[in-house]
Amino acid sequence: MANKRIDEPTGTETMGHEWDGIEELNTPLPSWWLYTFYACILFSIGYVVVYPAIPGLHSASQGTAGWSSRGQLSQEMAAAQTARAPMLAALAATPIEDLPKKPELMAQAVAGGRAAFKVNCVACHGSGAAGSVGFPNLNDDDWLWGGTLTDIQTTLTHGIRQPGDAETRMSLMPAFGRDGILQPAQVQDVVSFVRTLSALEPKSAASERGSAIFAANCVACHGPEGKGGRQFGAPNLADKVWLYGGSREAITNTVTNAHAGVMPAWGGRLDPVTIKMLAAYVHSLGGGEAFAKPAEGAAAPATAAAANGASNGQP
Amino acid sequence: MVTVLSRAGIWLALLLASILAMVGAKDTGFAIQMGIVALATVIGLWVSISKPDYSRLANGLAPPVADQSKYYDDVIRWGVIATVFWGMAGFIGGLLIATQLSFPVFNFEPYLNFGRLRPLHTSAVIFAFGGNALIATSFYVVQRTCRARLAFPGLARFVFWGYQLFIVLAATGYLLGITQGKEYAEPEWYVDIWLTVVWVAYLIVFGGTILKRSEPHIYVANWFYLSFIITVAMLHLVNNLAIPVSFLGSHSVSYFGGVQGALVQWWYGHNAVGFFLTAGFLGMMYYFVPKQAQRPVYSYRLSIIHFWALIFLYIWAGPHHLHYTALPDWAQTLGMVFSVMLWMPSWGGMINGLMTLNGAWDKLRTDPILRMFVMSLAFYGMSTFEGPMMAIKSVNSLSHYTNWTIGHVHSGALGWNGMVTFGAIYYLVPRLWGRERMYSLRMVNWHFWTATIGIVFYASSMWVAGITQGLMWREYGADGYLVNSFADAVAAIHPMYVLRALGGVLYLSGACIMTFNVWKTIAGSLRDEAPMYNIDHHAAADHPLVAAQAA
Repeated sequence: MANKRIDEPTGTETMGHEWDGIEELNTPLPSWWLYTFYACILFSIGYVVVYPAIPGLHSASQGTAGWSSRGQLSQEMAAAQTARAPMLAALAATPIEDLPKKPELMAQAVAGGRAAFKVNCVACHGSGAAGSVGFPNLNDDDWLWGGTLTDIQTTLTHGIRQPGDAETRMSLMPAFGRDGILQPAQVQDVVSFVRTLSALEPKSAASERGSAIFAANCVACHGPEGKGGRQFGAPNLADKVWLYGGSREAITNTVTNAHAGVMPAWGGRLDPVTIKMLAAYVHSLGGGEAFAKPAEGAAAPATAAAANGASNGQP
Repeated sequence: MVTVLSRAGIWLALLLASILAMVGAKDTGFAIQMGIVALATVIGLWVSISKPDYSRLANGLAPPVADQSKYYDDVIRWGVIATVFWGMAGFIGGLLIATQLSFPVFNFEPYLNFGRLRPLHTSAVIFAFGGNALIATSFYVVQRTCRARLAFPGLARFVFWGYQLFIVLAATGYLLGITQGKEYAEPEWYVDIWLTVVWVAYLIVFGGTILKRSEPHIYVANWFYLSFIITVAMLHLVNNLAIPVSFLGSHSVSYFGGVQGALVQWWYGHNAVGFFLTAGFLGMMYYFVPKQAQRPVYSYRLSIIHFWALIFLYIWAGPHHLHYTALPDWAQTLGMVFSVMLWMPSWGGMINGLMTLNGAWDKLRTDPILRMFVMSLAFYGMSTFEGPMMAIKSVNSLSHYTNWTIGHVHSGALGWNGMVTFGAIYYLVPRLWGRERMYSLRMVNWHFWTATIGIVFYASSMWVAGITQGLMWREYGADGYLVNSFADAVAAIHPMYVLRALGGVLYLSGACIMTFNVWKTIAGSLRDEAPMYNIDHHAAADHPLVAAQAA
């Protein structure tokens, strides 16, 4: 079998074996290959000495560098904690009402709130806080429960319609159609009226009839002009913002079955400083309202766009 | 006659058993799977009854004895067809899930959602396409390089059909939601047991052929095939150790839990790559590349050293899949350093493949099949460099959980495994069906280019997507807070997802060209086409110089 010969194109000797016409050359190992292989092995030996590597019965070698992944994590966390500590302390000591007076602290709170928002809030309110059907858009100036820093902080801390939290935002719209308070024809009339408020449809006989029904059933919460009432979280019906849709079908459904959206009471999950940051961030998105003069802002119309400039605490 | 009856009896008993299992099943999925088994036994029963030549039997003659002077190639022909078929299924599945990731509207609940189709895709390409290619080529190569007819042809047929049943059970199981939840080891306990039976039969056929070889030495391709068969058996047995909730149900509980379960899973998962997709396909490479190039293998010494180094080092590298997890630091360290040491042994195969072309590089201009092999080796080299690099912890902290991993896997799978398999198919089909050449070599060339450009789109879009994700996830603002939400990173890589799907379209269209080409070749047609390469012929200059003009 030993059929060694010199292969002509390469000038290398063959091994003398042959399988189905395949021969093998007796080329030595390429030296760059061999030395790179050795280098990898040497690197590995060094690495094994420096880092935890050799397992024993109950523990493993610790490595000369004293490194561990848990150690590295706690080091990095501690460094980040230290870097942020003065800011967190300042934020903890500052009542949220005073934040607008401290622009630098406000900016840091907004940055922290932005990060916390991405972790906790985007699932419902969307990554751009633009909301979706049933989940309010936080970029606009249309607020259900109020848009000042303290309002937002309260909503965040106690949530909306959270049983078990005494201070939660609570209200309940009756299911006018489902519970038979209004007949289907009356519901249609009131829907027509509501749609005239924001000029979605022209006034008609139906809306005229609906106007009376609205006055009898709805004004207590939504106000005589349908501009909403914040002490009840009752939406403004006279603007173009619709939480559950402004089509005839959508409003009919709302009047018939009512909605009662919920939001978690974050006070039980997040620390007060994080909530403060979240409030500052949401407030900064564009619709944040300045604190009203001394008067209550509950029934005030939500036309705070003019207040935006000052609301971020930037003079 | 007695054998015919006893065979039919066995099939009947299996049929009854599977019907009983179907009737007594604890869950619908198991009942459907047993129904599929029952269908398979009906086919087996029908074949065992209809196939024998009863006139011979009636005259008391023994069945005809196969010609021992020929290689046993029936099962290889089936295997090549199965490879093409499952390849198409796997590529279409891959394109579908790539489209689902780009446009979620293409998720069709519940059977065709991403969660169920993803394992269907991976199993179809790795185990159905790759597995059939490995089984078929290993049976072809071991016969040729041992100069021996395949041992136990009947058992080889069982291996082929049993493996197809495994694929069908696994695939239908995924769609029904039956899974162990272990990546690349999703099939449940009863499918695992069945695969074990098939795999042992495979080992017996392959090992038996080596034992009856006429050549004094075992060729290097067979070392790789054998290491693949033995190691996959070991990996499969250990990782699938589980206790069935019921012997008539499709659920089981893994023997391993917690971080131990994770480590066993990735010991399995990484070596599925190492021994299924690397060692096995290197076996393929070591036969078909020297055959197609018609050159001796570059270095016998390198083949020995890189074989043993690869086998020894690969098996320890799995923990690099669990960097920065609950896995103890020491295990992560070892996973990393074994991966780094694996770099050169992996490259040994690439060197031996590429340098085998020494003295035949000019053939790359004329031979699209050889071009396929060379491109596959190039991708092999690239991904076996990328792998050790990604196993380094500081690189891994960026790349882990991102699409970079997906890109890495596909430059290996599409580039290395896919291309070497396509090359082997183009080598085998004319020989197995006795044709002069493939129906069209120009179509092979088209396949080569569509596939290559497809891989480039795939790999580069996933690199960009992966690094983008990795950087966005770890980005902190000046105040020390994370800048991006997870959804921000998803939105950022959406264009890359679309480009990846485009790469898939190109790769799939190449495979469609191959399917057509293989089909026509088997049907016996030869496309009338210009050869791939011609030396220019200048007819005008083709005459003697006439001196008369000067006179």
